[in-house]
Amino acid sequence: MLKLENVSMTVNNSNGFRREIIRDINIDFEPGKLYAITGPNGGGKTTLAKVIMGIYQHSTGNIYLNGEDISELGVTERARRGIAYAFQQPPRFKGLNVSDLIKIASPGVDGMGLRKKIRDVGLCPEDYLDRDMGPGLSGGEAKRIEIAQVLSRDSIISIFDEPEAGVDLWTVQRLIGLIVQKYQDNPQSTAIIITHHENVLPICDEIIVLEEGLIKLRGSSEEIWPLIRDDVQCKMREQCRGEVCYEL
Amino acid sequence: MNFKPVDMQLLDMISNIKSIPAGAINIRRDGEPVIRQSSPNIKIGTNADNNGLLVEIKPGTRDETVHVPVIVTKAGFHDKVYNTFVVGEDADVTIIAGCGIHNDSHSDSGHDGIHEIIVKKGARMKYVEKHYGEGNGQGKRILNPTTNIFLETGAIAEMEMVQIKGVDDTVRTTIAHIGDKASLKIVERLMTHGEQKAVSDVRLYIEGRGGSGQILSRSIGRDNSVQVFKAALVGQNECLGHVECDAIIMHKARIQSIPELIAENAEAVLTHEAAIGKIAGEQLIKLMSLGMTEKDAIDTILEGFLR
Repeated sequence: MLKLENVSMTVNNSNGFRREIIRDINIDFEPGKLYAITGPNGGGKTTLAKVIMGIYQHSTGNIYLNGEDISELGVTERARRGIAYAFQQPPRFKGLNVSDLIKIASPGVDGMGLRKKIRDVGLCPEDYLDRDMGPGLSGGEAKRIEIAQVLSRDSIISIFDEPEAGVDLWTVQRLIGLIVQKYQDNPQSTAIIITHHENVLPICDEIIVLEEGLIKLRGSSEEIWPLIRDDVQCKMREQCRGEVCYEL
Repeated sequence: MNFKPVDMQLLDMISNIKSIPAGAINIRRDGEPVIRQSSPNIKIGTNADNNGLLVEIKPGTRDETVHVPVIVTKAGFHDKVYNTFVVGEDADVTIIAGCGIHNDSHSDSGHDGIHEIIVKKGARMKYVEKHYGEGNGQGKRILNPTTNIFLETGAIAEMEMVQIKGVDDTVRTTIAHIGDKASLKIVERLMTHGEQKAVSDVRLYIEGRGGSGQILSRSIGRDNSVQVFKAALVGQNECLGHVECDAIIMHKARIQSIPELIAENAEAVLTHEAAIGKIAGEQLIKLMSLGMTEKDAIDTILEGFLR
């Protein structure tokens, strides 16, 4: 479905030195699967997502979507071919409201559909449809609306960049549940979640660990999760007795 | 009534009227009134100096609208008018003003509208003024509105002043005097392009105890246009005041934003926020990632910003 072939991205830093942000990435994302990309900060996870969306141009290698080489296509063309990306920190828009953005994401959506998409991410449509997407919105609210936009696009490939970041613990489970429900076992589409969340990683079909721009580990969650669990799981659970821990 | 298509187009742009509405209305074209009609509660007459209107709204008038648009279509014509509005006690009305100029000639044409608005005790008023210019000539389209507004005890007013397109040169002056427990909100929206120049000078004197004043400005400067926005709050009593000016700058435009806070009383709370910046690349990318072209993304951001 989406195939990355020897994809690397190099940047020149302020000292004029070349630095490879991602190196020689080869992944064939299969339809109907839920992928998790994890790894330490600065490992290249968001860069990889932005390379797939066309926001960053990769330096070498090729990207194929359903057999078509999309390496030279811009963001708009890739979006129209079925790639969607939920930003880690969604930008704000003064003057545009929540329903404007959902309508852009899902042209032709009717009033009922609009309300449902807002309600699905745990927000009350009556309170939020006309809310300005400016700085008055909290980080968690903006994040939920961001996820609602990507969910409403019905894309072939949907990438969620740390959907849990900035969202309260009560809501995380619901959002993740929504993503899992929509994409798992759906042969039409693939979801990629960039995450460190200990409740998300084990339920994905595959886990890809990215470190220093390289794929360090890759395999089914049954194989990979036991190997990374100690790095990811909360070390303080014994002390706090896991009061904010939920099962999906 | 002899309206040409160009007249109706201008009226539609500035007042959203596609036909002559019922109720109180005065349409001024090239310095002459072409329609004047009063309603039982709103009397439109000529002022004592015979150089403009006196619009008197009876106390207690509810949910009525008065239209006073001005259009200039004669090449090289420069119109000047002095209008006074008196909104009676406890009334709740909307005033729709505005000016549209069509100029296809090489001579400048313009309109100076000098308005005095008195909002009496306990009254509510919404004032909407749109400015618009069109035509293919080299002659400039010039609009210089001056508004003096007085809010008596407990009066509430909102003024929406919009200039979106086609006005080459404008100097807008607004001075407000806000009484006890009165409240005024001024919303300005402005877009300049080409070689246009726009200056707006707003000054709110919050004189009464418990008074409040708010100035919100959103503007977009494109091409080689120049904008100057001065917003001053003078707190003379226990009061609240806030100025917020946001601007998007594009191409080679120049925008100057000058908020000014003057507190003359220790109980005055005055604040301001000002920001000028280009469209963030992130915003464009975000909308493009939803399938929009770059051009559509820019248009959507600008349209939303000035909404």
